[in-house]
Amino acid sequence: MAIHPILSALRRHKTGTILIALQIALTLAIVCNALFIISARLEQMERPTGLDEHNLLMVATMHTGIDSNTDAGKAALDASIKADLTALRQLPDVADAYETNSLPLSGITWGLGLRRKPSGSYDSHTTYFHADEHTLATLGLRIVAGRNFRSDEIGEDDNFGILQPAVIIVSKHLADNLFPRGDALGKQVYFTDAIAPSTIIGIIGRMQTGSRRTSTDSRTWNSTLVPMRLVSPSHYYVVRTRPDRLAAAMQSVPAALYAQDPQRVIPDGSGGDEVGVRSFAQIRAEAYQGDRTLAILMGVISIILLVVTGAGIAGLSSFWVGQRRRQIGVRRALGATSHDIACYFLIENALISTAGIIVGIVLSYEFNRWLMGQFELARLSSGYVLDGVALLFLLSQGAALAPALRAARIAPVEAIRSS
Amino acid sequence: MFKYYLQLGLRSLRRNPVLTALMVIAIGFGVASSMTTYTVLRALSGDPIPWKSDKLFFPQIDAWGPNPHQHGTEPADAMTYTDAVLLMRDHRAHLQSALYPIAPTVYSGNRTQKLRSAPGQAVYSEFFPMLNVPFLHGGGWTTADDEQHAMVVVISKSLNQRLFGGANSVGESIQLDSRSYRVSGVLDDWHPQPKFYDLATTDAFGPADQVFLPFTTATDAQLATKSGFLCIKLPGPGFAAMLNSSCVWIGYIVELDTQSQLRAYRSYMDNYAHDQQASGRFGWAPNNRLRDLPAWLDFEQVVPPQTKISFVVALCLLLVCMINTVGLLLAKFLRRSSEIGVRRALGASRVAIAAQFGVEAGMIGLTGGVLGLMLAWLGVQLMRGSLSRQIGVLVHIDLLVLWQTLLLAVVATVLAALYPIWRAMHVRLSLQLKED
Repeated sequence: MAIHPILSALRRHKTGTILIALQIALTLAIVCNALFIISARLEQMERPTGLDEHNLLMVATMHTGIDSNTDAGKAALDASIKADLTALRQLPDVADAYETNSLPLSGITWGLGLRRKPSGSYDSHTTYFHADEHTLATLGLRIVAGRNFRSDEIGEDDNFGILQPAVIIVSKHLADNLFPRGDALGKQVYFTDAIAPSTIIGIIGRMQTGSRRTSTDSRTWNSTLVPMRLVSPSHYYVVRTRPDRLAAAMQSVPAALYAQDPQRVIPDGSGGDEVGVRSFAQIRAEAYQGDRTLAILMGVISIILLVVTGAGIAGLSSFWVGQRRRQIGVRRALGATSHDIACYFLIENALISTAGIIVGIVLSYEFNRWLMGQFELARLSSGYVLDGVALLFLLSQGAALAPALRAARIAPVEAIRSS
Repeated sequence: MFKYYLQLGLRSLRRNPVLTALMVIAIGFGVASSMTTYTVLRALSGDPIPWKSDKLFFPQIDAWGPNPHQHGTEPADAMTYTDAVLLMRDHRAHLQSALYPIAPTVYSGNRTQKLRSAPGQAVYSEFFPMLNVPFLHGGGWTTADDEQHAMVVVISKSLNQRLFGGANSVGESIQLDSRSYRVSGVLDDWHPQPKFYDLATTDAFGPADQVFLPFTTATDAQLATKSGFLCIKLPGPGFAAMLNSSCVWIGYIVELDTQSQLRAYRSYMDNYAHDQQASGRFGWAPNNRLRDLPAWLDFEQVVPPQTKISFVVALCLLLVCMINTVGLLLAKFLRRSSEIGVRRALGASRVAIAAQFGVEAGMIGLTGGVLGLMLAWLGVQLMRGSLSRQIGVLVHIDLLVLWQTLLLAVVATVLAALYPIWRAMHVRLSLQLKED
């Protein structure tokens, strides 16, 4: 079928044509960026932390009545932490436990620089976690090279002063960052301001930092375990429960801690504060709350957009069919088949859609540029634009199909009937 | 006349219910998504102290110099203890206070109650008058109390309820950690959102503070900050070494009422940094900032970019819905060209035609607005469920949003109707009559 008569017909209802094309263009620009944002958020949310996240919980606790600024106070605090750990590990619901400053995705990040030489600039940044010989088993982390901490290597850290443990365990990502040739095991590194080196005795596969920033930078995987109890009034216990005992342990763990020391604080979330006892599933949900909300919102808006645009095209197309009943009748009377008539309207729609899509592709990239200026987002990849183009073209043709078929059913006698 | 147009409009709307429904639904969804995202944006971007936000300033003093953690030449948003105390001593603003967040344990008389830590702030006496903090009983402490490191405390209404059953507790004492403090005042309800005074180190939307101690007393008691603590060089062991370190962990607010006070304070800050440079403490030229509250809220990214993006995308959706409505109204109005022709021939002016179709568009807008209101209510409920607890409680629909939603729907529809109405006004009457 010749395109020329369609074009000259389109010229006669310019406004409607422009409106549909514009609508398709805007819808394409928003939908493919929304799809891109949704998939980026989902990808972010589905990243494994490296932990075995089932049956894991974290308890925030604060010791009171101990002045941790004196040596005697520190000793009392350390003894009470050790007693807590012994009590926790003996609970029937508990498989293993350790004390720490933070957990992946918890939003708590304690970071330092790391150097390969005693002085000079940093070679890498790292987030560190207080750990002991139970940490790997509790978190379900696997050593890929070297060994775990021994119980006699665990020291104390009062959270003041310089950090320089004799031995450390690092994530594979950090090891490769510091020693790109893959020979990190046994090497010595220095923390910020440290005089004494720390030897890398073990490398674990993957461990996310505590950061909740939706960031794509490589710091997210630079984790270090330091063999130290955090001797500070405020700290966390991380507990691996026995299979299917998570719900029970959420009750029995704080109860056991209160039994050890009734004069402690475990926040119950009453004053709008964070709840003290949280499963890892809760921590994960909290960490990705913003991402999830954004993804849902973008999804809902995209669906509404597609429906509205589809309905709009269907509405205008059927108006055009109604407007041209007599012309269609004349064409039918002159020998055009009903197939020819349906094709006419579908091709007309295809032409408008194509124009809209071309403008839409340009708008998509412009919109993506604006988004990149607003928050951390990669450049829109052409796959999403192609998906969006296909989606909109099919939607547009689908919306025009019913009016086109109705046009095809118009009888030749319409030619002589007055409208 | 208006009533007649209403009747005409109703009849026309009923004539093609599918087209009418399409427009109403499009406007409804467009308005609902805009208002839902706007409600969240409004909750997060509110001015927490509107009568004074242009008089409150947040000084930043670069105590680190050029360093690899820096974004451009921006100094850290928090201060070192050294700078905060020196600035307090110079006391160059009308009112000022250094502050940092604390979380002491509150001991209640009731031994069976589990202990709780109370979120709070270590502040100077001028904090209360500067931020117009409302008191139920008593008041803040005096400048002399600041200087004498007095053992006084201001507590919140909720803590007063828990400890004293809501009675006037001024003069009573409470135990925080291992020390006892005399209550000098009980606050009335006070929970500014965002918590603008504590943005340098803490998230913008957190629980209300329950205890306020003199800054000098809190550092005596070796109360550590419960929030952000950033160093480029690690402090030595002990609390005193921490105070003397170059780590930043203290917030600072000043009130400057006039432009000349503002200018004077800026030059004071520069002189201060020059002096520090001359004394050898700073090895770099003065690099200070003095932002007012709106600029400070923006700088601290109180409104997450996701919220802004959601709002913009929702506005784009409304735009598409409006374009959609332009097309559909055009179809609807021009389909009645013959009717317009007859009315014009019988003496109706163009203005009358415009009024008739304007009323019709307004009706679509109003119906769309009602639908939008219901959808927006649903949307806000969903948003509250999916936002964090601290932010979720701030998001709500009030009477203002209700009116804005209806207004937005009508305005959007009438705007969309302008071109179709113009076309309807200019239908050539002779042509229409001839064709029929």
